Amino acid sequence: MTNELIDFTLVSVALLGIGIYGLAVKRNFIRMLFAVEIIINAANLSLVAFGRFLPHSGGQTLALFSIAIAAAEVAVGLSLIIVAYRMYQNVDIADFRSLKG
Amino acid sequence: MADAVFLALTVITIGSAIAALELRSLIYGSIALMGTLGGIAGFFFMLDAPFVALFQLAVYVGSIAVLILFTVMLVKRELIFKKIEDKRRKFAGIGLMMVVMVGLGAVFLDSGIKTISTDEPAVDFRDIGTDFVTYYWPALILMGLILAGSVTGALVLAKREDVENDQRTN
Repeated sequence: MTNELIDFTLVSVALLGIGIYGLAVKRNFIRMLFAVEIIINAANLSLVAFGRFLPHSGGQTLALFSIAIAAAEVAVGLSLIIVAYRMYQNVDIADFRSLKG
Repeated sequence: MADAVFLALTVITIGSAIAALELRSLIYGSIALMGTLGGIAGFFFMLDAPFVALFQLAVYVGSIAVLILFTVMLVKRELIFKKIEDKRRKFAGIGLMMVVMVGLGAVFLDSGIKTISTDEPAVDFRDIGTDFVTYYWPALILMGLILAGSVTGALVLAKREDVENDQRTN
């Protein structure tokens, strides 16, 4: 292969950094969900890349499990957004006061 | 050394990830997120994992991105175009991103991963199917139950009628 494992790993690290930036800076609930999606995709890319270079089928199998669980997570996250939006008429997490501990 | 297709995919993926977080409009942001997810699917094709790539296209680009787009459309118009972020945290966030990227990148570049390369043939995707029904079958059933439970829970949450606007005052 012309592309090495380190190339894919560095792309994955870059996506992880962007996702962490989004989670730290953004206060919009939907944008934070975008950031979580980007982080999950970085993890999947790492899994498949390591699975290819070992080579072992476990990487792809785990990535498939991860994609399916992420789909469930997005469904729950979006329904939480809808409920919170109905309660507060806003998507700013600073407004979701009753969620504070 | 990486080839041109890899570099193009990297630019598309990372550029649209930044665009997804930074574009003012949430609708354009979710379309940019689709670009990121599609770019990752392209990486999966490059890694000789066509089954995972098609799964990624079907589940992420096909359903999750469309679901997000519909949720964005349910939000008020002025909220879609309003940028809500902590100005004070912006530089701290960029610093955190640089620390993660440089720190983890330096660790990976310094480790043995840099020398790993393979000429072995890719894993046959039939092996994945065999894995699923032999070694991983309890996990597969559990995953199905979790998916069914979470989708039912999401439907129940979204259909709740007792949640009203006036709870804000409580």
